[in-house]
Amino acid sequence: MSTDVLICGAGRTSFGRSEASGRQLAVSAVNAALADAGIEWSRVRAAFGGSDSAGLADTLVSQLGLTGVPFVNVKNGCATGGSALISAVNAIRSGMADVVLAVGFDKHPRGAFDPRPEDWGLGEEYGTDGLMVTTQFFGMKIQRYMHDHGITPRTLALVAEKAYRNGAVTPDAWRRTPVSAAEILDSGMVSDPLTRYMFCSPGAGAAALVLCSPEVARTLDGPAVTLRSAAVRTRRFGSFEVFSPWIPGGELTSVSRDASAAAFEEAGIGPGDVDVCQLQDTESGAEVMHMAECGFCEDGEQERLIASGATEIGGALPVNTDGGCIANGEPIGASGLRQVYEVVQQLRGRAGERQVPGKPRVGFTHVYGAPGVSACTVLTC
Amino acid sequence: MAGALIRMATHPRSPATGLKGSRCSGCLVAVYPADDACPRCGGPADPAALSGAGTLWTWTVQRYAPKSPPYQAPPGGFEPFAVGYVELKEGVRVAAVLDVDDLDAVRIGMPLMVTAGRGVPRARPATLGEEGS
Repeated sequence: MSTDVLICGAGRTSFGRSEASGRQLAVSAVNAALADAGIEWSRVRAAFGGSDSAGLADTLVSQLGLTGVPFVNVKNGCATGGSALISAVNAIRSGMADVVLAVGFDKHPRGAFDPRPEDWGLGEEYGTDGLMVTTQFFGMKIQRYMHDHGITPRTLALVAEKAYRNGAVTPDAWRRTPVSAAEILDSGMVSDPLTRYMFCSPGAGAAALVLCSPEVARTLDGPAVTLRSAAVRTRRFGSFEVFSPWIPGGELTSVSRDASAAAFEEAGIGPGDVDVCQLQDTESGAEVMHMAECGFCEDGEQERLIASGATEIGGALPVNTDGGCIANGEPIGASGLRQVYEVVQQLRGRAGERQVPGKPRVGFTHVYGAPGVSACTVLTC
Repeated sequence: MAGALIRMATHPRSPATGLKGSRCSGCLVAVYPADDACPRCGGPADPAALSGAGTLWTWTVQRYAPKSPPYQAPPGGFEPFAVGYVELKEGVRVAAVLDVDDLDAVRIGMPLMVTAGRGVPRARPATLGEEGS
């Protein structure tokens, strides 16, 4: 690729419930990222950001400073952060700017999301009859996957157990109390086969990154991480997505498979080279399936890998070292950049108690969401 | 299609109306509900009555009352209900509420008959004459 892009600053807020507005959280994350980079807001030459339901990112300039910077709002569902990041990358590669901000934030009310059928092109009966429920989709996708590939409920519980354990050593996580696999299995069925503690909760939080060109990075003191690739894809025909009144027969396609393959190809790095990764874990089943969809294992291998501890912080492929969405909650606009923040800390060796041992050199992030969109990055140091 | 229509006319327990789907004239992709355009190739799609007979491809149980609105609980109040995708012989998997007596007896592969009424499609266990039709 033409121009290298570096991440010279990363910031996040605590995730969870907050008295602060989504915009206030965003300002905190931006200021943390700028301080981390050692760069003033006035030096930022372009900005991209968004939230799903907490306001417009470009209004943040009234708190950050009215510098005249071009600021583009991004609204791309669960890929909002990833799409903002890719826009920032392209701004640097195109020569538009040499210091660029990407920010994602959100704040959601308690309980499951409540989308309106008309926004999805569906008849109102899908709402009145109780089919506009995201957890149904997650339950049905992993239900079929378990049937086809021999994954057991215990594996789903082990994924959540790891998430809470990693959350406990992540100061900014929401869920910081370890929960045993037995308690997770026993926490009450929500959407079979997924129990209450296997799900993430919609919440509040913000994350921000400062990206720069190699020339700028050389003038800075801190260690920069190289963003080797960033790719966004939307679904192709044959995928299984939330709120679908029908899906085609035959083998499923996967937008996560497409986006991750594109990111690895662009980076010239394969899944086998990755030392630490963050995979979208809306619930336990998603992490299991995304391990295979992103190329880290074959379908069904997760049963053995997870039981053996391979995805733990000290394992061969640490997954969701900060506890992922299950421990951090899901502020839609922020999650994608939280993942990149976490990989940046790991590659810099600054992840504290949750630091992956052995100086990880290659990281990977993956978000996935409705209505079939995925964004992936490959990072190196 | 002809077979489905004949069976509907002759089988007393068949629904009054079949599932009104559509089928692409070019790539033969069948969808439900009907759409003017094929979602795969973008070409024109024609109305097609789907048989409704199929097997359960995946399922879950809605254990808690969905947010209201938009959800409208039945007159007796919310009770957990099963939902799933039924794979029809036309090669399309249709989302439906599963009208089953025992939520613990739901299994992938069970034969079901999907019918369309006023709400979303509903599926009930197929009787012997409906299976594999």
